[in-house]
Amino acid sequence: MSSMNIASSAGSARSFIEIDSLEKTFHARGAGARGKGGFKAVDNVSLDIERNSIFGLVGESGCGKTTLSRAVLFLDPPTGGEIRIDGIDMRTLSASRLRTFRKRIQIVFQDPNSSLNPKMSIENSIKEGLNNIKYAAGEPERRAKLDNRVDELLALVGITPGHKTRFPHEFSGGQKQRIVIARALSVEPDFLILDEPVSNLDVSIQAQIINLLLELKEKLSLTYLFISHDLNLVSYLSDKIAVMYKGQIVESGNTERIMAEPVHPYTKKLFSAIPGVTRIDEEQELVFHVDEPGYSEGLPEGYCFYPSELAEGEAQASPQMLEINDGHSVACFEA
Amino acid sequence: MSDRVNDSKNSGASRGAGSTGGTVLKIENLHVSFGEGETRARAVRGIDLEIHRGELHALVGESGSGKTVTSTCVLGLLPTPPAIIEAGSIYYKGHDHEGDLLQFSEDKRRRTRGREIAMVFQEPGKYLNPALRVGEQIMEMLRLHLGFRGEAAEQRALEILETVGLGGNRRVLRSFPHELSGGMKQRVMIAIAICCNPSLLIADEPTTALDVTLQMQILKLIMQLRHKFDMGILFISHDLAVVHDIADRVSVIYAGKIVESGSRDEIFNSPQHPYTRLLLASVPDAAKRGKKLVTISGKVPDAEHFPTGCAFHPRCPLAEKRCADEQPPAEKLDGSRSASCFCLGKEWPA
Ligand SMILES: Nc1ncnc2c1ncn2[C@@H]1O[C@H](COP(=O)(O)OP(=O)(O)OP(=O)(O)O)[C@@H](O)[C@H]1O
Ligand SMILES: Nc1ncnc2c1ncn2[C@@H]1O[C@H](COP(=O)(O)OP(=O)(O)OP(=O)(O)O)[C@@H](O)[C@H]1O
Ligand SMILES: [Mg+2]
Ligand SMILES: [Mg+2]
Repeated sequence: MSSMNIASSAGSARSFIEIDSLEKTFHARGAGARGKGGFKAVDNVSLDIERNSIFGLVGESGCGKTTLSRAVLFLDPPTGGEIRIDGIDMRTLSASRLRTFRKRIQIVFQDPNSSLNPKMSIENSIKEGLNNIKYAAGEPERRAKLDNRVDELLALVGITPGHKTRFPHEFSGGQKQRIVIARALSVEPDFLILDEPVSNLDVSIQAQIINLLLELKEKLSLTYLFISHDLNLVSYLSDKIAVMYKGQIVESGNTERIMAEPVHPYTKKLFSAIPGVTRIDEEQELVFHVDEPGYSEGLPEGYCFYPSELAEGEAQASPQMLEINDGHSVACFEA
Repeated sequence: MSDRVNDSKNSGASRGAGSTGGTVLKIENLHVSFGEGETRARAVRGIDLEIHRGELHALVGESGSGKTVTSTCVLGLLPTPPAIIEAGSIYYKGHDHEGDLLQFSEDKRRRTRGREIAMVFQEPGKYLNPALRVGEQIMEMLRLHLGFRGEAAEQRALEILETVGLGGNRRVLRSFPHELSGGMKQRVMIAIAICCNPSLLIADEPTTALDVTLQMQILKLIMQLRHKFDMGILFISHDLAVVHDIADRVSVIYAGKIVESGSRDEIFNSPQHPYTRLLLASVPDAAKRGKKLVTISGKVPDAEHFPTGCAFHPRCPLAEKRCADEQPPAEKLDGSRSASCFCLGKEWPA
């Protein structure tokens, strides 16, 4: 696949998706605007995603991946920072333009059941999206156009169009996820956020969906933000990877680079735990890490990267992303 | 994955095969179904499986293949009805009990379960009592099965928590489950499972809900425990990467039957059954970047409609006419492996 290794575009050109210093703070219920601090689930996140590439986002449960994706979509508007898509700042759009613009971004979640109305035939589920946009229903020719489009979309994801009058429960998990993808594509988005889209599926079905996503990306020039805890999958699929830890990006760069030379201690820890590479050495002493929820606050020791010229004691308030190599950045305390 | 299994220096399989103790569990020709007539689902269709002491035996297969039905049957927790155990035996040899589990009285079963055959599940939150402190839950097991009382029970509970990396102080002992993280809860489950020194541990997807780093620690813990307590482990998973990292032996289950069984090295280095071969090839990893993933056409059949003959034949690139008519018997191959397929060794289509 030619686009697998996108040459890092020379400096000046703008990226398709630019996320700049994004923040999302949740306030405790009832605390109101004057409530204390709140909880920063996404903290100063900046990412650039190139057109027609796959950007993988990894990190442990609760680090803020889903919150980040919902903020990018303005489903839960961010509390700080900027998002520009094709150079357009989402915040400058009026409510109605935002609604139209948002169609360019679609999201696919882990559980297809939560995305499909069980009481609606899959045909009607897909038409729901279509009705809202181009073809205002009514005259027969428009209806025919609509029907064609549904068939086209189903065929695209490998579902027999003849089955379109069926209901979600008549399909397997993998087929339902295909239907969700078809519906997401109905509004002709150019950017898809895929939040653990295959985590619920069997290995053999997972491979089918992944191949489908790669095929659609080429065919329709799509751009993906792919969220997963499956490092084998993300490293197979992504052109670039960002590693998230407690709401912050701690390292990002080309997949091969990050896999070959992880720099940040958290990235190293994460990638040393990829299953399927080497047998676990049971002779080695077992040490449980203590950074578990409920028993620690803030970044535990050893989880900030210090350039060698800076003594650990000189840490500043918060680490900044530093580009250490072409397109490879790591969070560290500035010298 | 198979091209990366060359770290045989610390392969438990090669060392496991010789050093394992006697048989702790032997399932023979187990048949389990649900319902009757049209809707009869033949969930398990003649499973044979043997586990030795000190051995981690992984049962891998996709959703609906019969893994959980098999393990709950061993535990005596399969409700009958709706389930019907149609045939088979489950020979067990533990500390105090020996014989066919299916013939045990309900009372004997209850005494075996927890004491001799222990279990760990995917969602510890569901199985821990939310209203009881963790220490109480462990001490309850110790009282019930081993007659521990008072100070001695608490001392023993602390030691067990130490074994799973939750020792050092009494904080965890005095915590309620909701005060612990997912990984800590899973370790508490493991502590409860091993506190009576069982002969057999059944672990059904024990790390599926955990982060990779924590997953690796729990897996290592489980591996260490099998030697420390000299117990056999039936480790159920659909995750081939995880199984690759920890198993001594691997059995692959498809549509209620074991289609291939062998040492971990045999299965990952040279799988024989077409289903095992395709399954391994379909797992993504960085080494496959830029290549299309191998897929298996069609989907896993459901138990009400298993195909005739070899259940895999409609999806199998090697299938011949007789695969649709006859069931291939399990055939012993070289080494310690066996597989059920008429087309073993047949050339793979381009
Ligand atoms: N609506 C909300 N109100 C308050 N806190 C929230 C809300 N949504 C998420 N959070 C918190 O924000 C943090 C990040 O959650 P998020 O769901 O983004 O994690 P994640 O990285 O997607 O995790 P997972 O891998 O488990 O899906 C968590 O601590 C979560 O509890
Ligand atoms: N109570 C039940 N009534 C009817 N059918 C059942 C029942 N329990 C299980 N089955 C069927 O038995 C078959 C085997 O199910 P089992 O739970 O053992 O699968 P599994 O291999 O554990 O799958 P998973 O990976 O999804 O946990 C399935 O087809 C399932 O639908
Ligand atoms: Mg999430
Ligand atoms: Mg199961």
